[in-house]
Amino acid sequence: MEQDIKIIIIDREGVKHEVEAPTDMAMNLMEVVRSYELAPEGTIGVCGGMAMCASCQCYVLSNTELPEMQDDEEAMLSEAFYVKDNSRLGCQIQMTPEMDGLTVELAPES
Amino acid sequence: MSLYDRLRRNKMIKTDILIIGAGPTGLFTVFEAGLLKLKCHLIDALPQPGGQCSELYPKKPIYDIPAYPEILAGDLTEKLLEQCKQFEPGFTLGERAETLEKQEDGTFIVTTNKGTKHHAPVVAIAGGLGSFEPRKPLIHNIADYEDKGVEYMIKEPEMYRGKNVVIAGGGDSALDWSIFLSDIADRVTLVHRRNEFRGHLDSVEKVQELKNLGKVNLITPAEITAINGDGRVETVEVTKKGEEPYLLETDHFIPLFGLSPKLGPIGDWGLEIEKNAIKVNNSLDYQTNIPGVFAIGDVNTYPGKLKLILCGFHEATLMCQAAYQIINPGKRYVLKYTTVAGVDGFDGTRKEAPKAVVKAFD
Repeated sequence: MEQDIKIIIIDREGVKHEVEAPTDMAMNLMEVVRSYELAPEGTIGVCGGMAMCASCQCYVLSNTELPEMQDDEEAMLSEAFYVKDNSRLGCQIQMTPEMDGLTVELAPES
Repeated sequence: MSLYDRLRRNKMIKTDILIIGAGPTGLFTVFEAGLLKLKCHLIDALPQPGGQCSELYPKKPIYDIPAYPEILAGDLTEKLLEQCKQFEPGFTLGERAETLEKQEDGTFIVTTNKGTKHHAPVVAIAGGLGSFEPRKPLIHNIADYEDKGVEYMIKEPEMYRGKNVVIAGGGDSALDWSIFLSDIADRVTLVHRRNEFRGHLDSVEKVQELKNLGKVNLITPAEITAINGDGRVETVEVTKKGEEPYLLETDHFIPLFGLSPKLGPIGDWGLEIEKNAIKVNNSLDYQTNIPGVFAIGDVNTYPGKLKLILCGFHEATLMCQAAYQIINPGKRYVLKYTTVAGVDGFDGTRKEAPKAVVKAFD
């Protein structure tokens, strides 16, 4: 599957997972985490991916160039907890070939 | 004392199917149960029916409801309420189902956090992702001040009359309550982490106007970082970005950071839980490991489960057939089509297909 990219996800217990993600299924980072069950169901992607709950907040650790933050993501992060400068919402990061090598850590559940 | 007397004395709500959760799946259950002449009562922690559709995204479109190429989540709730109206569902809203007690005769009593009791032979949990609980800011001693000046929800605005109130948050509820309380409280301070608010434009403009009039004290970008007081909230610490924290005197601190769903007390009812959801028998009727208790919609799990509204509708329909058998043991029943049989409401209304008129040619 040549369209797959590799990304590294550190789960909430600190365990590192190197996973493959398809780039042709309109998947976002939150959905990749769910598909590999790296966080318990019901604790991630609660709103379904509308940038309305911040349950998929993660810290971006690589220098990957990410899509620019839209207003709703910025607003949600401004109300979320445990927010750092490198916080993003996983549901707003689409899996594209440019995301190859992306490394993120899931933020604590809140 | 007979059961009837006990029920009357305790003012217990009695119904055939007690539905926990008034989201789309719960509301459609009322319709399907009604076709089988079973009465329903719904409990929901939110103050209005619709579940996530009303609370989280009423203005967002849904594209996978059969026969609706596009429908707003809020409109779907309206339609479901209209569809089940003639079956006169009862509602206990703004209360969370807390305990489930199985009676000797196999029926159940479900009690809410406010002590309202419900008695039914069948319980259908249509609880979605759980009940919506306020998201609490990360202040280490905040729990010590809950109901002692810290409130996550405004239930009685009158209690703020003449008081100093600090509201935190940047969404519609923070804006709307700041506007509302500016007429009641002595002083309203709104603290938000950013300069921009995420709310309806007119609410933002109204707060701006109140700020200019000196009726709302706006502090941005800032956060409440500590709560102090002897047994009650007396001051909160305000930390403005890049500045030294300072103390602000207040009687109340109201953090409004939205709601997040938690499975909550349902998790302690002895139900088999897997992946934050209730395991059910999907080859038959969506019954849980407790006979008479069913779980339908997003709250259940089984091999191949999909959390879709349309799957909840299907599960609700099959569940009602099983409920009928429990409530009317051995009684005959065959599936009827609404087009053929019409719909007889509990309110005396009848819907039916118009009869074809046969007219002979002259």
